Amino acid sequence: MDLRELASLPGVSGHEGKVREALVSRLREMGYEPRTDVLGNVIVRTGGGGPKVMVDAHMDEVGLVVTAIEKNGFVKFQKVGGIDDRVLLSKRVFIGEQRVPGVIGVKAIHMQEPKEREQIIPWHALTIDIGAKSKEEAEKKVKVGDYIVFDTEYEEIGDDLIKSKALDDRVGCAVLLELLKEKWEKIELYCVFAVQEEVGTRGARVAAYQIAPDMGIAVEGTICSDLPGCEEHQWVTKLGGGAALSVIDRGSIPSRRMLEELLRLARENGIPVQFRESGAGGNDAAAIQLARSGCPVASVSVPCRYIHSPVSLASKKDIQSVVKLLILFLKSVEGGFRP
Amino acid sequence: MTEEMFQLIKGATEAFGPSGSEEPIREFIEARVKDYVDEVRTDALGNLICIKRGPADGKKVLLDAHMDEIGLIVTHIDDKGFLRFSNIGGVNPYIALGERVYFANGTTGVVGIEKIDDPKEVKLEKLFIDIGAKDKAEAESRVRVGDMAAFQRHAERMGSRIVSKAMDDRIGCVVVMETLRRTKSPRHTIYAVFAVQEEVGLRGARVAAFGIEPDVGIAVDVTRTGDTPKGITMDVCLGKGAAIKVKDSSLICHPGLRKYLERLAAERNIPYQLEVLEAGGTDSGAIQMTKAGVPAAVISVPCRYIHTPSEVVDENDVEACINLLVAAVESPLDF
Repeated sequence: MDLRELASLPGVSGHEGKVREALVSRLREMGYEPRTDVLGNVIVRTGGGGPKVMVDAHMDEVGLVVTAIEKNGFVKFQKVGGIDDRVLLSKRVFIGEQRVPGVIGVKAIHMQEPKEREQIIPWHALTIDIGAKSKEEAEKKVKVGDYIVFDTEYEEIGDDLIKSKALDDRVGCAVLLELLKEKWEKIELYCVFAVQEEVGTRGARVAAYQIAPDMGIAVEGTICSDLPGCEEHQWVTKLGGGAALSVIDRGSIPSRRMLEELLRLARENGIPVQFRESGAGGNDAAAIQLARSGCPVASVSVPCRYIHSPVSLASKKDIQSVVKLLILFLKSVEGGFRP
Repeated sequence: MTEEMFQLIKGATEAFGPSGSEEPIREFIEARVKDYVDEVRTDALGNLICIKRGPADGKKVLLDAHMDEIGLIVTHIDDKGFLRFSNIGGVNPYIALGERVYFANGTTGVVGIEKIDDPKEVKLEKLFIDIGAKDKAEAESRVRVGDMAAFQRHAERMGSRIVSKAMDDRIGCVVVMETLRRTKSPRHTIYAVFAVQEEVGLRGARVAAFGIEPDVGIAVDVTRTGDTPKGITMDVCLGKGAAIKVKDSSLICHPGLRKYLERLAAERNIPYQLEVLEAGGTDSGAIQMTKAGVPAAVISVPCRYIHTPSEVVDENDVEACINLLVAAVESPLDF
């Protein structure tokens, strides 16, 4: 299974079913017996005889959910996860299991007051047009509670870049599959494909409780703001700059010893790494570190430009750096490294 | 206050320990309490847990004070050797501006700001730390992205008051340390938790309480006061005794335990006042939610100018808090 397939599947928080089915089937092909817990997390256990290491990537993506269908057949929605209202305008979307196409519309520029053009239209003032003439017609295709994903085609652009929706965090899911191609013997490795990260690290919290890990690693897609108009100290990460190592975010402070070990391994093996130069954001490491009596954590991320929007960009080289670094790290734990 | 006690407060507040970098303060505390307890351990997140055993029919009493302090963390080093940073806990940019800070390795820095036209532009992203480096290479020889800095201020006496950085919550650590030292015959087994990462979300206390599963939890932390010119509306005053918390935004203290502490203070003639803190939380908020729930209370040390480099407490309040906490662990706690 490649990232193209993973990232193209719909998986708004709480509706990760398609991603889960694809992963479970792939994992079975690989010879694993994945377990699905009550919240929908997919957990793979392998190896044994050493410390319990939980490596987590979340399956869910930011998106929208149907909240009402209006008399004229237009569809009202709410955001799921953090999305900038400004990126919603004029986007094509798919609604529900049947992938009903729709457009997030706005009245024509000709009809706007000059003042209106200067304002950001809030999400609750927008509607989705599915081409229905009436509420009855719309209700045949769409129900309240249906999830909505962006209609973005996965493409490779430039020398090294991937353009897609949902790279946060299907890149992480793809990395975990790579880790599971290796044979692990001296650690008890738990790969967790988690639900509901974007709405509050919920899946990882209950998964970590079940596992009670000795250490945890969140594998993420992260902020990358290396853009014209952004000052270098606010870039957070640089696309193509290598695996991004967190030093702090709103949810967790990584274990100093794990961070040092990751840096040492990168340095000694020539793997490009960069610091994630910001305290903003948060990820599943926040939930993992607080499981039961707590455990040390780290976050290793793939930079994603335009994250939390309908389309983001990631570098294949960065993904490879994350894979290589994590394999080395887990081997180091097999060799006796302890946080 | 004895000079010895002042020196303890001075040492505890001046020790380095922003959230996530608590090693120096942990070593400071461990060295000073190990002779008064039966067991000392450090858990996976870095909490220092000290056990002082009581009789078998006593309760498991968790006493908590957080070791961490607010601070700054380096997020970027520019070509000229200036450091950009993010906050660790509640750091006000107006207060950070112009401060001197220090890193665990002793590196000193000064917080400067870009040219601004309006004081309203004082935001953390416009501030930087100058460590005197001439370029990036020199800066990187002393600090790295991810290194943390604390305010660089000494403890001083001002009449019956003491000013220092990090009274929040090293003064709580001192209260718990002194309680361990002065309690000769505990009625209960005391689990003293010197917790990490309170300032970033009550993280240390949460995992420590899970492992201990206490019968009773009492946190000692600082609280705000309403006694400064045109300050917040709040009854707590410096010098009027230990503040027994009724509620804050993280918890409503167990009413039975809270009233028990009030009665205990009244019986022992320990000066106390009741505290309702409108905004702010403390470790008991995490402790009370442990597993099936834990009756939790807070004894607060009234403190002015919290989250600035000059936090002020009154020595008599500190004594009152110690006396009340010692009385609590020597009492039946049959609330």
